[in-house]
Amino acid sequence: MIKLEYYLIVSTLMFFIGIFGFITRKSMIAILISLELVLNAVEINFAAFNRYLFPEQMEGMFFTIFGIAITAAETAVALAIIINAYRLIGDININDATKLKG
Amino acid sequence: MEYSILILITPFVLFLFLGLVGGKLKPNLAGIIGTLGMGFCSVLAYSIAYQYFFVIGKTADTWQSVIPFSFEWLRFTELLHIDLGILLDPISVMMLVVITTVSLMVHIYSLGYMHGEDGFQRYYAFLSLFSFSMLGLVVATNIFQMYIFWELVGVSSYSLIGFYYQKPSAVRASKKAFIVTRFADLGFLVGILILSYYTKTFDFAALTANNAELVTTSFAGGTFMGLSLVSWALALIFMGGAGKSAMFPLHIWLPDAMEGPTPVSALIHAATMVVAGVFLVARLFPVYIFGAPEVLTMIAYIGAFTALFAAVIAITQTDIKRVLAFSTISQIAYMMAALGVSGYGDHDGLGYMSSMFHLFTHAFFKALLFLGAGSVIHAVHSNEMKDMGGLHKYMKITSITFFIACLAIAGIPPFSGFFSKDEILAAAFHNQPLIFWTLWVVAGLTAFYMFRLYFGVFFNGKRDYHHKPHESGFTMALPLIILAVFSIFTGFIPFSEYISSDGKPFDMHIDMTVATLSVVAAIVGIAVAYVLYFKDSEKPAMLANRFKGLYTLSINKFYLDEVWLFVTKKVIFNCISRPIAWFDKQVIDGTMDNIANVTQKVSHRVRFLQSGHTQRYIAFFVMGAILIAIAVFIFV
Repeated sequence: MIKLEYYLIVSTLMFFIGIFGFITRKSMIAILISLELVLNAVEINFAAFNRYLFPEQMEGMFFTIFGIAITAAETAVALAIIINAYRLIGDININDATKLKG
Repeated sequence: MEYSILILITPFVLFLFLGLVGGKLKPNLAGIIGTLGMGFCSVLAYSIAYQYFFVIGKTADTWQSVIPFSFEWLRFTELLHIDLGILLDPISVMMLVVITTVSLMVHIYSLGYMHGEDGFQRYYAFLSLFSFSMLGLVVATNIFQMYIFWELVGVSSYSLIGFYYQKPSAVRASKKAFIVTRFADLGFLVGILILSYYTKTFDFAALTANNAELVTTSFAGGTFMGLSLVSWALALIFMGGAGKSAMFPLHIWLPDAMEGPTPVSALIHAATMVVAGVFLVARLFPVYIFGAPEVLTMIAYIGAFTALFAAVIAITQTDIKRVLAFSTISQIAYMMAALGVSGYGDHDGLGYMSSMFHLFTHAFFKALLFLGAGSVIHAVHSNEMKDMGGLHKYMKITSITFFIACLAIAGIPPFSGFFSKDEILAAAFHNQPLIFWTLWVVAGLTAFYMFRLYFGVFFNGKRDYHHKPHESGFTMALPLIILAVFSIFTGFIPFSEYISSDGKPFDMHIDMTVATLSVVAAIVGIAVAYVLYFKDSEKPAMLANRFKGLYTLSINKFYLDEVWLFVTKKVIFNCISRPIAWFDKQVIDGTMDNIANVTQKVSHRVRFLQSGHTQRYIAFFVMGAILIAIAVFIFV
């Protein structure tokens, strides 16, 4: 049986890779992919904890499914924003989208 | 008597109708609709008067007040609420008759006088508004309703004085009238508040019942600057009345108000609105005499002084309407003085009765004088007496009716003014000799300046008129004739049968001593005027030279306008307004400005944090989250 810790190590790696990508990548699409990594890392945690700590209950699984649905919706919205940003500023480089600065 | 509400509804509906759709009507049609509406009101007023005096009549030998209509409009507390309603008692019924009659005459007259003017429909709309407000004022059941309509007459007077709003002088005059009377109304309002705070009522009936018992008992002996609170309240209420009735020193707006169309001056600034102050004091008379007799004495002296003061000014004025304006001030002051010297009950209340009597007769002959002056102005297109003269042979009807009105105001028997003025003088004679002699002198001066005007305009040589003056048309001559009939015969009404301070009729008779004295004064005045002004001569100029100081003072109205300008511009603006403006700008605005400035400065400092780089925000966010996680890990 695979130990719980292994799952956690994988999810932590995914999480920080996602954060790193989020901060360093310039393309908005890449940032969106990084965001997916972060969210999926969290979902792995949910599923793993549910499986190992409370095997009789289903809350963790539900949260995972719920999270997947949220992620899909958020991706749709983010892509729409990116398309509009492209129309507005001509590319999808995140450093060019600074209109909301103070 | 429920139908009496129609007397208010009709002019108000007319105002709305003429004001909203009048512009689309033909001018004449609008005028005729307004006139017919006013005619209907007059019929109503006469029928109310007939029913009140002859059908309902007296109960227990006293005229009772009738309230045919009343509803609660605004409730402050269980006791204190503002009602709107109709109160009919002898003085309000008399005022209904006066207002509707003069207003109808003015409506008819204006058909001719204002013919072809721009804004003819607007003029009739405002006349209706004025009639509505004035009628509402006199039938008010409580002091607050009176205050509401009081302000409404102020507004309609403002819009009618400023009727020729293209003329800067008319605009200035309307502003002046509004501001001066509004300033006085401030005192009125404060007075109402003090009075109702202590008595817990606005109602006239409650205030005046049982010799104003409520007022004399509910003020708990408080004093302020040496005067009791009830005196303060009543003096402040009188201040409102003094503003509207143009008592010294608040009279300055009335001569300027002559910038309005002449029929308006006849209606508002001679017969109705300016007597509102007298009506107010008469309405609260029991409160004055039992609550604060010293205020009533003050009213008597202010009245006598104003009467003399205005009469002296009227002597030298050359603008025909201004002479009449000062004459109005003088005559209203007569009524005030009469109220001031009056006692209460039976024959002691002679002053009260004579004041109302004079109000009644004065309304007709003064309206007649104004309408006659309007007729003259219409013919020669000038207000100045020097442009007139010898008009008698061109304008017979105007001249004769004007002559009748002059005799009435001068107090020559058997014209109406004689009877009312005689009663006033008799009342003063028995109570306050000083006031009697002042008023007696004023009676002589009145006769003098009125006949100076009459001789100067209608006789006194010939002027070369550009085109021949001609008698006014039918619509203008008819009101003159009707009012002349009123001026002759209203003196014979046995007024004391109907109006008295306590509602009980008493016998009045002509006091022969007083009557002789006043007629002598009048005849001397007329004779002097005849000698000086009947024929063109050098004598007036010589006299003016002889009494140069007095003449200059009088023709400049004793520099009262300048004094007021000095007081407002130099004293009030500099000592009160400027410090307040400074405080407002520096302290109140300053506080707000500084709050805004500090906020702006602080936000300016921190705005670099909002770089707009999404990734930088995220980096900060992640670092913050990690720091919090570490902190939680260490400390918890």
